[in-house]
Amino acid sequence: MRTLLKRLVAGLAVLYGAASLAFLSLHLIPGDPVAILLGPATTASPEVRRQISAELGFDRPLLTQYLGHLGRLASGDLGSSYQLQRPVGWLIADQLGPTVQLAVAAIVVALALALISAITTAGRHPAARALASAWELTAVSLPSYWLGVLLLTAFSFHLRLFPIIGGDGPAALVLPAVTLALPIAGVLAQVLREGLESALAQPFALTARARGLSQTAVRLRHALRHAAGSLATLAGWLVGTLLGGAVLVETVFGRPGLGALTLQAVQNRDMPVVMGVVLVSALTFVVISALVDLLYLAIDPRLRGAVVA
Amino acid sequence: MRRYWPLLVSCLVLVPFGVAAAVPELLSDASPIAIDPVNALLPPGTRHWFGTDQLGRDLFTRVVHGARPSLLIGAGATAAAVVAGGLLGLAAALGGRAADQVVMRVADVLMSLPQLLVALVVIAVLGAGTTNLVLAIAIAFTPGYARVVRAEALVVRGSGYVESAKGLGLRRSVLIVRHILPNAVGPLLVLATVGFGTALIAGSGLGFLGFGTQPPAPEWGAMLAEGRDFLETAWWLGVFPGAAITVTVIAVNVLGRAARGRFAGGKP
Repeated sequence: MRTLLKRLVAGLAVLYGAASLAFLSLHLIPGDPVAILLGPATTASPEVRRQISAELGFDRPLLTQYLGHLGRLASGDLGSSYQLQRPVGWLIADQLGPTVQLAVAAIVVALALALISAITTAGRHPAARALASAWELTAVSLPSYWLGVLLLTAFSFHLRLFPIIGGDGPAALVLPAVTLALPIAGVLAQVLREGLESALAQPFALTARARGLSQTAVRLRHALRHAAGSLATLAGWLVGTLLGGAVLVETVFGRPGLGALTLQAVQNRDMPVVMGVVLVSALTFVVISALVDLLYLAIDPRLRGAVVA
Repeated sequence: MRRYWPLLVSCLVLVPFGVAAAVPELLSDASPIAIDPVNALLPPGTRHWFGTDQLGRDLFTRVVHGARPSLLIGAGATAAAVVAGGLLGLAAALGGRAADQVVMRVADVLMSLPQLLVALVVIAVLGAGTTNLVLAIAIAFTPGYARVVRAEALVVRGSGYVESAKGLGLRRSVLIVRHILPNAVGPLLVLATVGFGTALIAGSGLGFLGFGTQPPAPEWGAMLAEGRDFLETAWWLGVFPGAAITVTVIAVNVLGRAARGRFAGGKP
């Protein structure tokens, strides 16, 4: 119980830190936030500027602004977009769907590739392992935006198998999901393969073999459970990579989503939206990490006793 | 000897990239920005090895000239992140409880966010441009280095030879510079090698998004973004700049893996 409580406090600390970071960068911007809000080609009079400044609370002391900022966030209010004049919460909720779809599809593809690669090559002939190592290294080194451009050129422009820009439905999801998945699959496959190899070297694997289980059954039923533990530690990294990768992949394929929203906000220096994305991303990280901790208990029964005790 | 051949190959692969970055004129004497509309969008051939782009510029020349900005962004960001992370990590490990708490809690927050998002936030605050882009990537990568250096410094601090150096009455600064730092450097260098590959991908990615080198100057990521509009007729615009990034990163990662074998424990 105490470990769980500790995790909760650490998670809250990360959220508080992200919220403070958001506030800080909002006020670190060189120049007047009102000027950025109004855009470069503005002829607004000083009175209008003061009025806007008062409306947004920029004229109050920093500490008051900071506490107000934390209070609004705690009640779930992420503020309003400078550029689009809509609540940030709505904007993000609007764009969440396509990105979640993309991320889930990418995880499925990445896990499938990693499992196939690791189960077939772990502890096998040196040539097979060298091959696995080579593809893992290549996948890890591939910039997703280049992979996307390559797939787009080959499968959309030349073979015409998939829609070129945007579109919805499963066909439009295939190439972006593969693009986002491949570099991730490289990392997962490597970790999984190393995990499997160390599990297969342990006495329990030999015992299971001696009981008459086939080589494959030992891998699937016994070693995989051990190796899955090392995958679980990557969950936080995975969330970040998916979210960061979505910015690039959504740009390459002209898909709507959180990444496209973020990019637009950064280009327009629409800080409330940027900060909203930061907070949602931190929240996702904290929630996923907590869920993975629970999942970890399900995978590894030895930990359950440790938590109760 | 067999164990060393991937290392040898990747070093050989990196040589032309290094030459391209240092003296691009050596590999191609054409201009990377001179426009020649008559020869626009020519496919790769004997006259133009990588073809020409929409303005008739030789793509091979542009890829060669793109090496310097692309590699400099990655190297600059990595160097800045290693130095900043190294100092912060040392401060956290050796500077007392308060310093440790502040540095590590901030690192926790930054590391809970995607690196690309951290970089984008910095760009949103500072604005686009090559210098800001280097700074943005450096800030995104610093917490990782700080964490490793802190962990290494803690291990080294507790070791016997540091205790005996302390017993000899060495000054604190000498102790840190002469005894603790050199032992934390190995894993840091391994991490930095692999980190350079990641920084190159991130830098060109931000260039691809339009936040770095502005056209017409050649930079691999920005070139890919320009070529994106002509993929239907000119596949080569989407292939060669990206291949340059990928080949460099693969070679660097092979080096990093070899170095990791040399200094055990520097696992990224």
